[in-house]
Amino acid sequence: MPEIKNLTMNFGPQHPAAHGVLRLILEMDGEVIERADPHIGLLHRATEKLAENKPFNQSIGYMDRLDYVSMMCNEHAYVLAIEKLLGIAPPLRAQYIRVMFDEITRILNHLMWLGAHGLDIGAMTMFLYCFREREDLMDCYEAVSGTRMHATYYRPGGVYRDLPKEMPQYEVTKWRNSKKTEIMNNSRSGSLLDFLENFVDRFPACIDEYETLLTDNRIWKQRTVGIGVVSPERAEALGFTGPMLRGSGVEWDLRRKQPYEVYDKLKFEIPIGINGDCYDRYLVRMEELRQSNKIIRQCIDWLRKNPGPVNLEDPKLTPPKRADMKGDMEALIHHFKLFTEGYCVPEGEVYSAVEHPKGEFGIYLVSDGANKPYRLKVRAAGFAHLSAMDEMVRGHMLADVVAVIGTMDIVFGEIDR
Amino acid sequence: MPQEKLKRLANLVNSRCNLPDASSRIEREELTIEVEPTSLVETMNILKDDQDLALTQFSDLAVVDYLKYGVSDWETKKTSRAGFSRAVSRGKADQLDFSKRFAVVYHLLSIRYNWRLRVKVYIQSEPPKLPTVSPIWPAANWFEREAFDLFGVMFEGHPDLRRILTDYGFVGHPFRKDFPLEGKVEVRYDPDQKRVVSEPVSIEPRTLVPKVIREEDWLHSSKPKDKDDA
Repeated sequence: MPEIKNLTMNFGPQHPAAHGVLRLILEMDGEVIERADPHIGLLHRATEKLAENKPFNQSIGYMDRLDYVSMMCNEHAYVLAIEKLLGIAPPLRAQYIRVMFDEITRILNHLMWLGAHGLDIGAMTMFLYCFREREDLMDCYEAVSGTRMHATYYRPGGVYRDLPKEMPQYEVTKWRNSKKTEIMNNSRSGSLLDFLENFVDRFPACIDEYETLLTDNRIWKQRTVGIGVVSPERAEALGFTGPMLRGSGVEWDLRRKQPYEVYDKLKFEIPIGINGDCYDRYLVRMEELRQSNKIIRQCIDWLRKNPGPVNLEDPKLTPPKRADMKGDMEALIHHFKLFTEGYCVPEGEVYSAVEHPKGEFGIYLVSDGANKPYRLKVRAAGFAHLSAMDEMVRGHMLADVVAVIGTMDIVFGEIDR
Repeated sequence: MPQEKLKRLANLVNSRCNLPDASSRIEREELTIEVEPTSLVETMNILKDDQDLALTQFSDLAVVDYLKYGVSDWETKKTSRAGFSRAVSRGKADQLDFSKRFAVVYHLLSIRYNWRLRVKVYIQSEPPKLPTVSPIWPAANWFEREAFDLFGVMFEGHPDLRRILTDYGFVGHPFRKDFPLEGKVEVRYDPDQKRVVSEPVSIEPRTLVPKVIREEDWLHSSKPKDKDDA
């Protein structure tokens, strides 16, 4: 008998299925994983320390870069924490706008997850389909904030500005004639809400399209059914949140259980899984896409009927209008103070959590009464999920590691922070 | 969380864990309890296992370094040409007890009862040391590793207390308040030696926006508006 030794294998950090910069040290017995040791931190930028050295508003942009596929949801938790310390609440219209963009972000995130997860385990087409729809939502981001990804749109006391009345148009180029341009601009003739409504109308058909490709697909099921099974008790103990917890059959959603903003006024359902495997988590996220679509529609209807202010317009918190600064000295002073010093936040500590597309995204904020946070701690959902990697892949084959990484919906921006 | 529910939770926690009433406080709709390091594991066990509390989920662990709490960047007593800090208060730097420099803050969640609890432990020892809670909640494992890495808090009994976020071979604990923001070493590729070399950092520290503490009561102007006029 030859002597059998475990093989130690290095996976990543430049592996295309490592979703960024995950490095895994795998101890293998043949094809079977004996132990997995994730090495993280290759994208560590000390966001929390940087935030301690900046006025509150200047860190909103850093929040976008944490989980860089669900940008506005990160901002939301941070902005909620500041608002809780200040003891203010934004106007109702701003709350609806925030909820609408949270759900747009959820769709963005889940589409990215679906595309990448599909690609990882052999469904190339998914990636192309998902990115087609993502493009429209990115355009919504661009229309309100000027950037496609890192929006910095939410501000303490509301949002940066109201929804635009018109959408940017495509122009004729030497690769695109006027006829084609006209077709592309068809849905862009109205306001942002018209454009979004058009998207919301056709998106359910897109989800059906994804599902025909995957849900009953034999290969997809072979790769996901029974892989990475987590029991509900274990999922709770391991700190799972979001779709990872719901996939195991625990009905827990902060939007419903601890509603923030206007989620208690909206109708939506919480999908849960039964078996707690990769396939159930896939089904949960697919249903969440449909539910998010429903929420966006309700927000559109409300926002059409109810114009109004979108931030508190408190000069100590919101910069004055450019026109006012030309003639009003007070406005000029407020602008100057706000951008050279910011605002001071009362002493205290808060923890605010939102239902992020990946799970519970929490911000623990300690203020000592200064214009900068004294301590900011980001509770990233992915961090807790990835720490269960070892337990989830133990006894599985090497190829299943990729399926488990995919099902966790890992993004290193938030794990490494 | 509604106020009555919070009070109920506070009473429940105090009675089950034998804590004095003064150790718990409700601020901004959040309940915080303070626990001594010596009774931490015992209390945490009760919090998780007691069927009426059922704080079965470990949400977060954060360390706070209170070294510079309430200290603003520029401190001049009166108006001068060099310092600009008219109306800048010195804060509470003088009153603080720095023997309790580090606080470890745990956030727990009960899925069954839908409540959250913050547990705060001040550490007196140097180097900071605390018993681990990872046997109680497996999720705490990585959070404690992170706290060790960034703040140098030792968790006794932790199964695998390695650095997690910083680079291999990193020296120091970067999130402590006395660790400079720009770091201590920088790396570059040396074409002569044909390898990456580390050198002392060459960045000049600079503060773009000074930290100031103002005790103004301006917030009365922005009371919550039209919260219920849906």
